[in-house]
Amino acid sequence: MKAFLLIASLSLALSGCSANWGWYVVNPATDTGLSNLKFLFGGLYYTLLLSVTAIGISVTIGLLIALPGLSHNRYFRGINRTYVEIVRAVPILVLILWVYYGLPQIANLSITVFWAGVIALALSDSAFEAEIFRAGIQSIDKGQYEAAHSISLSYTDMMRHVILPQAIRRILPALGNQLVYMLKMSSLVSVIGMQELTRRANELVVTEYRPLEIYTILVLEYLVVILLVSAGVRWLEHRMQSDQRQ
Amino acid sequence: MPDNTQPIINIDKVCKRFGDFNALKDVSLRISSGERIVVCGPSGSGKSTLIRCINGLERHDSGKILVDGIALDHSASSLSAVRSRVGMVFQQFNLFPHLTVIENLMLGPLKSRKLSREAARQLALNYLERVRIPEQADKYPRQLSGGQQQRVAIARSLCMEPGIMLFDEPTSALDPEMINEVLEVMAELAATGMTMICVTHEMGFARRVADTMVFMDHGEVVETASPEHFFTSPSSERCRDFLNKILQH
Repeated sequence: MKAFLLIASLSLALSGCSANWGWYVVNPATDTGLSNLKFLFGGLYYTLLLSVTAIGISVTIGLLIALPGLSHNRYFRGINRTYVEIVRAVPILVLILWVYYGLPQIANLSITVFWAGVIALALSDSAFEAEIFRAGIQSIDKGQYEAAHSISLSYTDMMRHVILPQAIRRILPALGNQLVYMLKMSSLVSVIGMQELTRRANELVVTEYRPLEIYTILVLEYLVVILLVSAGVRWLEHRMQSDQRQ
Repeated sequence: MPDNTQPIINIDKVCKRFGDFNALKDVSLRISSGERIVVCGPSGSGKSTLIRCINGLERHDSGKILVDGIALDHSASSLSAVRSRVGMVFQQFNLFPHLTVIENLMLGPLKSRKLSREAARQLALNYLERVRIPEQADKYPRQLSGGQQQRVAIARSLCMEPGIMLFDEPTSALDPEMINEVLEVMAELAATGMTMICVTHEMGFARRVADTMVFMDHGEVVETASPEHFFTSPSSERCRDFLNKILQH
């Protein structure tokens, strides 16, 4: 929470040190200011929806890609490597453009801005999720597999009830990082017209000509959201570990 | 002595290599139903590998292993059939740390035996009673002592109601004062007529419980004998050496 105070005092100090600031554009006391603020904050809904949907999908794909990577069969491992290497090599912005403008042409379908953004973000992140899952699962002691085998659990039951619950506890900090990363990368979806935080700020800058104030608000918006998410992840981590410790 | 007509486990000329190392060389062993076997030998002699082959945790390279009439061929069906008949207790306990004691015990019955929650719970409580720690049911493994954890691990295996139990140095990771509580539970289990194969250095336990002693060295079964014969007049030089070393102190 120190960070909040720091930022708040920093922006106050900044606003004091020059006459170039014009906070009137977002002054909630005036009608225009208030409606401008509402417009900016309105983007939060899509930023969150986009990021959460994308992370849900990317965790699922990541897990499905991680599992063959742990196989003894080298063709399965090859599938994992190929996917990770290819997807990791494509810049997110490029993927967003390709999914929105390119994919509808080859797949002959219409795709909304929202789903184009979700697909691009999820695909791009899934390669990283796959690597995180693989590392997490590999860190589980061999004895846990042997114990699961010895009570005759099927592969699915073993993964679901023995290996993954332990692996997920270990990779939670890394998954939290990915969520933060996703929230930040969702700003790129503004280029195809998604009405999230960044897009709204851009549009307002064009009409109000006040980039400094509006982008400062934008910075603060991301900061608050991400600090809250980080705190939430830490809380969850703490709770899951206290299950086991005493 | 149990009858030797129909072995419940038949190990026939089994070989196992790890790279260049021959862990098992043409090992053959017949174990009758209800027989209690103690396997001993110096470290690296292949005793753990041998019992790990019996429930398919290690894959043998050649030879045949028949468990309760099922040939272990490493197909998924033979593995699951064998593993549901064979329980195993590990040196490091290998309890599931994210589950409570009772959940550890119920997992096998629920998922692989497909029992109802109520039946699985009842079964788990019964076996916790048998290993004398019913009051620990809702604790997590790390809240228990080593001896208690190993007893939970034994109870977890018993919840599968196996006909055969394998013990892989079950007391080697324990503090000395906890060894007896585990051996006690094992001795009680032996008295119920369970087929048991124990890899252990606890020679007092072996003398008291075993029907047959098996001595292994360098991946071979060097000697198979009754405990009286084994401890008083072992026929091989290697076995005499080994016994001298471990019985000295």
